[in-house]
Amino acid sequence: MKIAFTVSGDTLEAPLDSRFGRAPKFLVYDLDNASFEIVDNEQNLNAAQGAGIQSAQKVVETGSTAVVTGHCGPNAFRALNAASVKIYTSEASTVAEALALYRDGKLSEAGGSDVEGHWV
Amino acid sequence: MKELVIISGKGGTGKTSLTAAFAQLADNAVLADCDVDAADLHLVLAPNIKERHDFYSGHAAIIRQEDCAKCGACLAHCRFDAVKMDGKGAGNATFTIDPVACEGCGVCVRFCPVQAIDFPEQLCGEWMISETDYGPMTHARLNTAAENSGKLVATVRREAKKLAEANEHSLIIVDGPPGIGCPVIASVTGASLVLAVTEPTVSGQHDLERVLELTKHFKIPTAVCVNKWDINEAMTQQIEARAQEAGAIPAGRIRYDIAVTKAQVCGKPVLMFPESIAAQDINALWTRIQTIISTS
Amino acid sequence: MILAVASGKGGTGKTTVSANLARALEEKTQLLDCDVEEPNAHLFLHGKKLDSTTINIAVPKVDASICTGCNACGTFCEYSAIISFGKAPILFPEMCHGCGGCMKVCPQHAITESEKRIGTVETFQSENITLVHGRIDVGVAMAPPLINAVKKCIGSDMPAILDAPPGTSCPVITTLRKVDYVLLVTEPTPFGLHDLSLAVDMVRELSIPFSVIVNRVGIGDERVHTFCQQEDIPIIMEIPDDRRIAEAYSRGELMVDALPEYKKLFQDLFEKIKKEIQVNAPALN
Repeated sequence: MKIAFTVSGDTLEAPLDSRFGRAPKFLVYDLDNASFEIVDNEQNLNAAQGAGIQSAQKVVETGSTAVVTGHCGPNAFRALNAASVKIYTSEASTVAEALALYRDGKLSEAGGSDVEGHWV
Repeated sequence: MKELVIISGKGGTGKTSLTAAFAQLADNAVLADCDVDAADLHLVLAPNIKERHDFYSGHAAIIRQEDCAKCGACLAHCRFDAVKMDGKGAGNATFTIDPVACEGCGVCVRFCPVQAIDFPEQLCGEWMISETDYGPMTHARLNTAAENSGKLVATVRREAKKLAEANEHSLIIVDGPPGIGCPVIASVTGASLVLAVTEPTVSGQHDLERVLELTKHFKIPTAVCVNKWDINEAMTQQIEARAQEAGAIPAGRIRYDIAVTKAQVCGKPVLMFPESIAAQDINALWTRIQTIISTS
Repeated sequence: MILAVASGKGGTGKTTVSANLARALEEKTQLLDCDVEEPNAHLFLHGKKLDSTTINIAVPKVDASICTGCNACGTFCEYSAIISFGKAPILFPEMCHGCGGCMKVCPQHAITESEKRIGTVETFQSENITLVHGRIDVGVAMAPPLINAVKKCIGSDMPAILDAPPGTSCPVITTLRKVDYVLLVTEPTPFGLHDLSLAVDMVRELSIPFSVIVNRVGIGDERVHTFCQQEDIPIIMEIPDDRRIAEAYSRGELMVDALPEYKKLFQDLFEKIKKEIQVNAPALN
């Protein structure tokens, strides 16, 4: 199973980026073989609109079935839900920390969008 | 980190003069001019530009005349009245696309039977990071007749937030656009506090009510300030009462003062004129805003 | 004749000019308030409402029973308004620009269109003025389709005056398309000058003949006048900084009603505009 984390760096020690739609990168972690890859999301910043929706699509393309991020807007939430991707929000400072929390079952699934999204 | 967004609904109520004064009063805040259509904050804060970035957004269709079969499919498909035809009759007409009317939807590009339509990304303006005497500033310039200012507004805010995070600033002050449409929505969503500046006129009141509906819709705490309140005191009281009913906090009043215009003519924040009555009122308003934002 | 009153900066007196001009004409005149985010002209013209129409834009509707989840629609859409993850797509109608592309690219013909409300267009009659204004629903981002709905009401049998929204981006451009002449209202301050220069660039890009009205002459400085002289732009009217005008405005009264001495100023303005249009007509061709 793969999990996508929103990040601005390239390692497990990179800070967890609090934004989903405008996250610069995703760190996609594969739980089955404990490896990860970095997926660039910068082009999304040039999208005329709908960054959250397009980020959701990108996550789905990576084969991830869960997302760990800081905040998730309403459009991204709907899109991820439609693709059956689970959404976890976390205030963890690094990806490694968030991953540990996930493994311990300490991350709770978001029940709805937690920010009033719209472009930002 | 807190973000204060100053908007007005109606234009010309003194948003930018007030933002500039707050910039001076705040202790090293990051400033963001989100009125990208008619950016004026730089006229007062005299920013020293450190970085410039091109701003691309969306696409525009362009017909390559040498490949065009003159069939008119683009004209039939376009819903935005952006395809122009001149010449006479099928086979002889020249088709062009009005870049101003083109929405960048790509329908004509997709349905052109001879693939004669290009669809390049649009250069819509630029955004900048600058230094001012009162703190760093992000601002932008939208090209003439360009679209998508909401996206540029989002960029200016995002860059301000990055600056604030990187240098541990505790406050961002945003000069917002007039109206209640796309650029305004992009300016206010997720802010800690909106300060709506109005004036005691029928238009000021009407436009403020629309702004308060908008901030309620997006669930953003909102304070209200009546500028030039002494032009019509009865109207000022009525505006404050209505604002309170709508869930906003009346945060202060500013007296009419010609010194505000004089300061603008000199290109200086109004607080540089300490004898100004407006400057005194702004000081009081700032104290109140700090209290409100600390609890929001 | 279709005349638009615009300005880069808000609050310079667009509505004051357009409403007073319309009233001063005395003949039958249409006033179209295209500032659909914050329509104000009706606050100064007390009249009878004749009509109110709901304005919708077309947004897609998917027949899930024939959709195969191929996402051709999602791949095509430039606005992220529709997307499919292997089953019937989800829709984001507030993102939709109504281009109809998804409907056309769907190989199953599973997409039709339904309507989404964006606002209303209302018509009032106030003495000689037929006022049409659009009012966008709060939270709706896209003003241009509503502005176009207002402009569809322009009749050919009387002069039409368009009160434009402030700024220089899409809503203003939509308002100014296909007008004969533009009046740019400014005030003699640095903000006024800066925003005027942006508005001048805009109308030049659109190739529409224009001139400038300076409002509140007496505040600020001379730089707007110097700019117009250098750029060879006619200043077609000056309105003095008169506290009585500001007070009448604050109460929602028209200047030409409260201070009849200004009526002639607006009537002269209209005559000058007519001449300007004639002078510019051959060049337009």
